[in-house]
Amino acid sequence: MSKLVYLVPLFPLIGFLINGLFRKSLSKSLTGIIGCGTILASFIVSLTIFSDTRKAGFDTVIVKLFDFINVDKLQIPFSFQVDQLSILFLLIITGVGFLIHLYSTSYMHDEENEHYARYFSYLNLFVFSMLILVLGANYVIMFIGWEGVGLCSYLLIGYWFKNTQYDDAAKKAFIMNRIGDLGFLIAVFWMINQFGSVNFAEVFAKAPGTSVGILTGITLLLFVGATGKSAQIPLYTWLPDAMAGPTPVSALIHAATMVTAGIYMIARSNVMYTLSPISQTVVAIIGLATAFFAATIALKQNDIKKVLAYSTVSQLGYMFLGLGVGAYTGAVFHVMTHAFFKALLFLGAGSVIHALHEQDIRKMGALKKFMPITHITFLLACLAIAGIPPFSGFFSKDEILAAAYARNPIYFVVGVITALMTAFYMFRLYATTFLGNFRGTREQEHHLHESPSAITIPLIILAILAVIAGFVGIPQVFAKDAHILHNFLSPIFEKSESLKQTPELSNSMELTLMAISVAVALIGTIYAWRKFSNNPELDEPQGLAKILSNKWYVDELYEAMILRPINAFGKFLNDVFEKSIVDGIVNGVGRTIQYGSRQLRLLQSGQVGGYVLMMVLGIVILFVIQIILKK
Amino acid sequence: MIPVLLILIPLISGFAGFFIRNGNGAKKWSLFSSVITLLVSIAGLSIYNGKAYLNFDAEWLTGLGSRFSVSLDGLSQILSLLTAISFPVIFISTYRNEYKNAKNFYALMLLSQAGLMGVFVATDALLFYFFWELALIPVYFLSSQWGGEKRIQATFKFFIYTFTGSLLMLVGIIYLYTQTPNHSFSLDSFYSLHSKITGATQGWLFWLFFIAFAIKMPIFPFHTWQPDTYEQSPTAVTMVLSGIMVKMGLFGVIRWLAPVLPIGTWAWGDTASALCIIGMIYASLIAMQQDDLKRLVAYSSIAHIGLMCLAIFATTKIGMQGVMIQMFNHGINIIGLWVVVNLIERQFHTRKISELGGLAQKAPALAILLVIVALANVALPLTNAFVGEFLMFSGIYNSVATTYNVVFTVTAGVCIILSAVYMLNMIQKVFYGNTNELTQNAKDIYPNEKIILAVLVIIIIAIGVFPQPILELTKNVVDSIVTKMNYKT
Repeated sequence: MSKLVYLVPLFPLIGFLINGLFRKSLSKSLTGIIGCGTILASFIVSLTIFSDTRKAGFDTVIVKLFDFINVDKLQIPFSFQVDQLSILFLLIITGVGFLIHLYSTSYMHDEENEHYARYFSYLNLFVFSMLILVLGANYVIMFIGWEGVGLCSYLLIGYWFKNTQYDDAAKKAFIMNRIGDLGFLIAVFWMINQFGSVNFAEVFAKAPGTSVGILTGITLLLFVGATGKSAQIPLYTWLPDAMAGPTPVSALIHAATMVTAGIYMIARSNVMYTLSPISQTVVAIIGLATAFFAATIALKQNDIKKVLAYSTVSQLGYMFLGLGVGAYTGAVFHVMTHAFFKALLFLGAGSVIHALHEQDIRKMGALKKFMPITHITFLLACLAIAGIPPFSGFFSKDEILAAAYARNPIYFVVGVITALMTAFYMFRLYATTFLGNFRGTREQEHHLHESPSAITIPLIILAILAVIAGFVGIPQVFAKDAHILHNFLSPIFEKSESLKQTPELSNSMELTLMAISVAVALIGTIYAWRKFSNNPELDEPQGLAKILSNKWYVDELYEAMILRPINAFGKFLNDVFEKSIVDGIVNGVGRTIQYGSRQLRLLQSGQVGGYVLMMVLGIVILFVIQIILKK
Repeated sequence: MIPVLLILIPLISGFAGFFIRNGNGAKKWSLFSSVITLLVSIAGLSIYNGKAYLNFDAEWLTGLGSRFSVSLDGLSQILSLLTAISFPVIFISTYRNEYKNAKNFYALMLLSQAGLMGVFVATDALLFYFFWELALIPVYFLSSQWGGEKRIQATFKFFIYTFTGSLLMLVGIIYLYTQTPNHSFSLDSFYSLHSKITGATQGWLFWLFFIAFAIKMPIFPFHTWQPDTYEQSPTAVTMVLSGIMVKMGLFGVIRWLAPVLPIGTWAWGDTASALCIIGMIYASLIAMQQDDLKRLVAYSSIAHIGLMCLAIFATTKIGMQGVMIQMFNHGINIIGLWVVVNLIERQFHTRKISELGGLAQKAPALAILLVIVALANVALPLTNAFVGEFLMFSGIYNSVATTYNVVFTVTAGVCIILSAVYMLNMIQKVFYGNTNELTQNAKDIYPNEKIILAVLVIIIIAIGVFPQPILELTKNVVDSIVTKMNYKT
């Protein structure tokens, strides 16, 4: 069955082509069936492959489709790699992806036929790109998917292309990703130079014998790519702006595709990272800093999607922290649980927006009684992201924090403070939206209703997953060998595990840390719940709060420090340098020649007297020269 | 026989074109001729690709030691294929454009095609020079007779520039000819010179040839003729200039400069590379400032050509393979962009980006096709240009001809980002947003234009996914040229 893995990306590709090419003639229901059906088919194929990988004696399968580039000594096959890591991602992408597609059939139903089909074709292309990314058996095929998701995010963020602001957001996403991609590409060129190959198997086999300096360089460059795709400092600012797209797209970008690409890439390259401690430290610190920083911004946002966007940036920071401290399983575990609860949060937010046509939480409130299913599923997702046991986020976050403590206690402290903020802003969001009094218009209140089943069914399925998914990773302290995910992924990370030098934590220590993080999460939750359920924050923020609500003015800083100088320099080159200097010299040479010939032409006046005069003058000059020379 | 046909078909039909009475007939005649040329070119690739078909040699100016010898190797195959594909594409996509004295226009177009074919297949230096001029002269007339308002000024500049370049090259060719033992202009006797000419001599000879080719490409600071000429020429001529003629410069370096003067190339490669990189960044920054679609594409082309030239000097097989495939890709992609520019200009009588907007609502087919071509232009994976750029950058990074390989890669790499900036800006301002007074009654494209763009898009994606056949085509010639370039004293 693993040999048929090419079917997994093939179905969405076919869906993309059909919906894209026949978008004018297809009915909405047919479009929806094609859009969802192809992803469902991929999910089913993925499930059967997954059952293969669970069998004893399963070994990595490489499926080569054809020679992509074969030049000189460089061989880049177009091949897919099926192993525990890629299959896990396949399940997340196609599973969560399918639910988002299903949800979209209802959410986007007011669009015109043609645009409805365009939407689904982009969505399928997005899933296709992400599948190529995780299936590629070398860095170049991975890069195809890597830039492909960048393109799809561009297309989907700018889906409502009449709005210039949305177009700006789309462009920003693409360009910021491109900056990261350059780092990725240079790392690939370096690998070609160093290893003579870009295939995972060869690169990782040769990595242990390579100097640490080179590995550090390659891994840091790859990480630059990851900061773009996975929205880390300094390239994170595109992700919150990406909210311009339709809400299910946000769910897809934040949960199932795109932003997890950076985590996947580093988890895939774990051997190289484990061998270069400097890179690991950089990844951990950037991840932690992003987690903290994004959480502070989320505290003061009033747009329901913006809060969620910054929470994604922050949670991704946790995942990078996990990767940086060598907790690869923990990071992948958090990708999985996060995929469930973040998809749920966004789809829940979409359900609210769909009902109210409003995104500002200050104009919501009391939605609990109007939208019971949305309310309860949203609450479960909030509990999961806040890290309250036994919901899924608790297990994965705790695994990362424990590993962070083992590496450096300061990591743990900052991580826990961030967890406190996470619980606080999530329940600020929850309480302001769903509790208290309704603060919208009469008109809105009149139309308020629970969303249709195409929206609520995905919410319910995701809620179940967000609640129970944590149990695949029960920590060692509670039960021996109950960490199913760890056992499943162990072939991928065993080399790194054997190289790791971090001391194991004692059971009592681990329980203490767990108690601290749970206590902190509870404090944040209860405090926010009590504070905001009856008096939401409606005033304009002052002081530090104002800085936070303006996102630390980072966008403005980038604008002033980078964009404006580049533009001014380009303007100078265009208006002054090119016109006056480069072209000026050329035209000057041309003009001098023309002028010179015009003057010379005057000498040939045709008047004999003039010629005689010139002749006499010439003879006189020659005489004078001769006299001078003789002396 | 094939290379001779590639020259003769456009040459004869071009001369015949002057005698056709009506303009419409000339249009059809030239389209017919160009399709035949394309078929011959494809036949030369697939069916008649044996040695006997691809080489031809006959007496020419025997007293001077020059022969009419032409041949098709991988390098000339790919460029003659590009030329053969481009002309029908140009004729069909501009089919609705009306020209005064149409018969002369089309006849001159065909003559320039004959010249281009000759340049790419000639293996005799004098013959090469002859075709070089034959390709250019029709273009002077085309630009100066059928161009925009400032055509005379622009063409004059273009003429002075290229004429200077041609003269320098002629001096170089004659010097090399005097050095050959048997007084021959043949490519092989030129190749045999590399060890006989001292390094210092190779140094100044390098610049004679390089300036000639750099003007043609163009490389900073020899580029200022280009935006003016592109802007002022009729779009069909701009397509020939930018899609094919700029390749004459790159071709010249690959065939007549780098392997002939390896020591000079080795010595001055870093300097030339630096000019390429300065030009790439310079042109990208200026492209970001342009409001005229034609000037934007012109400057973006300078940046792309700069990268190709840079990859030649990297002297690696990978990089050179990238240059080969990219010469073809660049031609396809830029012609695609010009097709769109032509459609916009014909419909709205403006090329100003600031005056357009919202076209995606009115002309969705045009928008989609343009977006794909634009994405190819920024080298997105699975489009043709990604393969070329990826190989070129790997070549530059892994170059042993320079110690600045990392610096070159990173600075040139900045253009990958900048190209996304100006292309996406253009798409946004022309196609997205709301319509304005000018664009609210816009029409979508006609079927012939749609088909042409669709064909280009299919080529773009086909090469992007399966580049290997084209890489195989140029493999041998790359091996032999890079081996010659690696000659050291």
